[in-house]
Amino acid sequence: MTPALTGGSQHRWLLTLLMLVIVALSLVPSLRLLMEALGDLSQGSESPLWRVLQAESTWRALWRSLYTSGLGMLIALVLGCLFAFVITLTDIRGKAWLVFCFMLPMMIPPQVTALSWLQLFGPASPLLKSIGMAPPLGSPQPLYSAEGIALLLGIQSAPLVFLALRTSLLSLPRELVEAARISGARQAQVWGQIILPVTRSGLIAGGAMAFISSLGNFGIPAMLGIPAGYYVLPTLIYQRMASFGTGVLAEMASLSLLIGVLALAGVALQQAWMKRSRFGLVGHGGRAHDFSLGRWRGGVTALLVAILLVILVAPLAALVVSSLVPAMGVPLTWETVTLNAYHEVIGRQGATWRAVRNSLWLAGSAAVVLMLCSVPLAYRLQRLPRRWQGLALSAIELPYALPGVVLAVACILLFVRPIPVVNVALYGTLGLIFVAYLARFLVVCLKPVAAGLAQLDPSLEEAAQLAGAGPWRRLSGIVLPLVAPALFAGGLLVFLLAVNELTVSALLWSAGNETLGVLIFNLDEGGESVLASALSVLVVAMVAALMLCLSLLAPRLPRGVVPWQG
Amino acid sequence: MAGLKIAGVTKHFGDQTAVDALSLDIEPGEFVALLGPSGCGKTTMLRMLAGFEPLSQGEIRLGGRTLASREQHVPPEQRNMAMVFQSYALWPHMNVADNVGYPLKLRRLSGEAYQRQVAKALAMVALAPYAERSPQELSGGQRQRVALARCLVTDPDVVLLDEPLANLDRHLRAAMEHSFRDFHRRTRSTLVYVTHDQSEAMALADRIAVMRDGRLEQWATPETLYRQPRTAWVASFIGQGSLLNVTAGWPGKRLEEAALMSGIAAAVTERTQPVLVRPEHVRVLPDAPSAQALRAQVEGVTFRGERYELHLRLESGEALLAYHHAALSEGRQVGVILREGWCLEPEA
Repeated sequence: MTPALTGGSQHRWLLTLLMLVIVALSLVPSLRLLMEALGDLSQGSESPLWRVLQAESTWRALWRSLYTSGLGMLIALVLGCLFAFVITLTDIRGKAWLVFCFMLPMMIPPQVTALSWLQLFGPASPLLKSIGMAPPLGSPQPLYSAEGIALLLGIQSAPLVFLALRTSLLSLPRELVEAARISGARQAQVWGQIILPVTRSGLIAGGAMAFISSLGNFGIPAMLGIPAGYYVLPTLIYQRMASFGTGVLAEMASLSLLIGVLALAGVALQQAWMKRSRFGLVGHGGRAHDFSLGRWRGGVTALLVAILLVILVAPLAALVVSSLVPAMGVPLTWETVTLNAYHEVIGRQGATWRAVRNSLWLAGSAAVVLMLCSVPLAYRLQRLPRRWQGLALSAIELPYALPGVVLAVACILLFVRPIPVVNVALYGTLGLIFVAYLARFLVVCLKPVAAGLAQLDPSLEEAAQLAGAGPWRRLSGIVLPLVAPALFAGGLLVFLLAVNELTVSALLWSAGNETLGVLIFNLDEGGESVLASALSVLVVAMVAALMLCLSLLAPRLPRGVVPWQG
Repeated sequence: MAGLKIAGVTKHFGDQTAVDALSLDIEPGEFVALLGPSGCGKTTMLRMLAGFEPLSQGEIRLGGRTLASREQHVPPEQRNMAMVFQSYALWPHMNVADNVGYPLKLRRLSGEAYQRQVAKALAMVALAPYAERSPQELSGGQRQRVALARCLVTDPDVVLLDEPLANLDRHLRAAMEHSFRDFHRRTRSTLVYVTHDQSEAMALADRIAVMRDGRLEQWATPETLYRQPRTAWVASFIGQGSLLNVTAGWPGKRLEEAALMSGIAAAVTERTQPVLVRPEHVRVLPDAPSAQALRAQVEGVTFRGERYELHLRLESGEALLAYHHAALSEGRQVGVILREGWCLEPEA
């Protein structure tokens, strides 16, 4: 790529400066964490890292993290493969709806998923009570267990497997399948002997992604594990911080380092496999294959719909039922149905409303700020040599690739004391969460913009340059309008993720500065399941609405920007 | 060996008609080319032969067996055909020998018989030393030969080739043309070859089906297509030549020098019969314009190595292409004698 500008050196310097600042800011939290965790190694066996590594609780939590994430990955692989193969390869009907419904669990915040499943099972389940199938009082909640956590982790990360596999299936040239058919292979043989081996690495990469995502998940093990005393690494950090405050920061930094290293190892593995999956395939890809299901079509459709009913519709129905009863344990009838909980959430100007306002404000301003940064940043990055571009992108991606708990601990370390020179104290304010969100979600906004820029023909800008447009003029008059849909989609994605975010804010919130995610979590912990359900129903409705907005925008976006549309 | 019979095959994609009532009778062991510009429906026809697309109307029969009709559709894997794809379609997770042997495995062949057949097929395309390589390590021509070996390994009834030379450079094309001819001579299997390149089709095929907008324009041997094209469109698509109008003859009539020269001498309005004159049938008289010769002006000269191509303009204003052994300066007046012509059907 040649630099498109020679005269506009001021413009180039400004963009370079911006890029350097952003890359540095993305790296600072991780570096601070590394310093804290490794800083006191000279103290020998008294150093925090050493103490953490010797504690039995560390290894127990690590094993539990690996167990729940591993089991969750297996569940995600089974579900993701089934849906990816059937929807991409066969002539099943209603593909768009099946994809949308299957992707929805990924976008629903984990604490809401956990809450809705809790409302589905257990002796107090309003849904089971309403249909007279509730187990007797005192019987255990089956989801308060390692397997319960793994099940929900699997359902939540199955769309990741689905996406990775679907991408490699769509890039599989049609001719490879046709060559096998005409060689005499039946559909099942084509699938087992051609399609599966060629797309195997996509499958493994998807599995790795599901594993990493489960490893960093906080909402599900927090809602299901803490009541049972079952701690995984992220919840262990949360629980220690909640009990001992900033006094144990050094140890928490060491724990965070442990989980961060695990997650990054997973990312490295996944990228290595993705690279191997590029066979250099020639032919006409990008098209679904048309295996005929024949007389099995009805049965297969029924199976997929049944799975969606179990993993999506039933829990959401339980959530809605729970939000309409006056109190937990009361069955839903025409006499008991009430909208009190919604009144409480929306009508009263209490803590609930404050949290909603905080989250909307945080997510909205994070989206706007990131949208403003993304275009110049992507524009400058695109003009870097390939090698530097890769490094800069990795730095920007780091705060998103690390589990949220790790980023939160790093941010506390950075801002626990007032910022030197300007003397502003961020700790204990909404500003701390805001800064963390900026670091975490930058890459979410940047990726669609970068994809849009990469699609632009360089001659478009060169033509404007020959016509006499200066660098800023070209950026605002040519580049910006052309990447605007991608930019808007990036902003929407940031909003969607930030408004429901729990993991980072769970450690960073303080009284008066709750977020929506924290509120649902706290309400449920405090036994206010009905209120939490009502709030969750509103959250799910908002997520679905935002997803539909993005779907409507999809035809104008580069491929792959809207995650649930291949 | 069984003949392939295509009877009134039609294919609609939505409102569009890709193939329109196409009928061909292909003899066993014949090498047939489907020739036409892009979008003429030739690839769709090939995919219907393979069974990747169902028919909208008509019937495809192989020997006594109906492969496809409106009611019936034998899936590709049961047709005992083989296909060479434009992109070769070699499976990237198998080495060369596995790629070639895959159709045999599907036919439950194993052990020594399997090894022998794979080795034989690889030897036939001169790729035996490459058996353990992965397809990505091979050049374009070598990949094409692997695809060819995969076709011949099972002794298929029909081999389909979809623009197999389109991705190769010119020198390689000549070599591959040779190996296709060789392949056909040895196996004597029925070959259906899709291409948009007329010289490729002329060099290889026993018979050529020229297609245009989904319809069959002409179905004949290469010699017939060249010497006796049915319409002006076929004449312009195959080989070089000039279209003139004369008063003599009727469609399908060969005109000798006398009839042609007198037929073109008439007034423009009376000349209604289109006739094709190939450049090799034009004699150029640069110096001695005789009484019988037509008068023409040289408008352009192109050097073609073994000869010069002269772009002439007749006095009537019609363009004429001729060959000559020497260059003539532009603007020069010459005499021309047309030694033979072929009368075409007027355009509908």
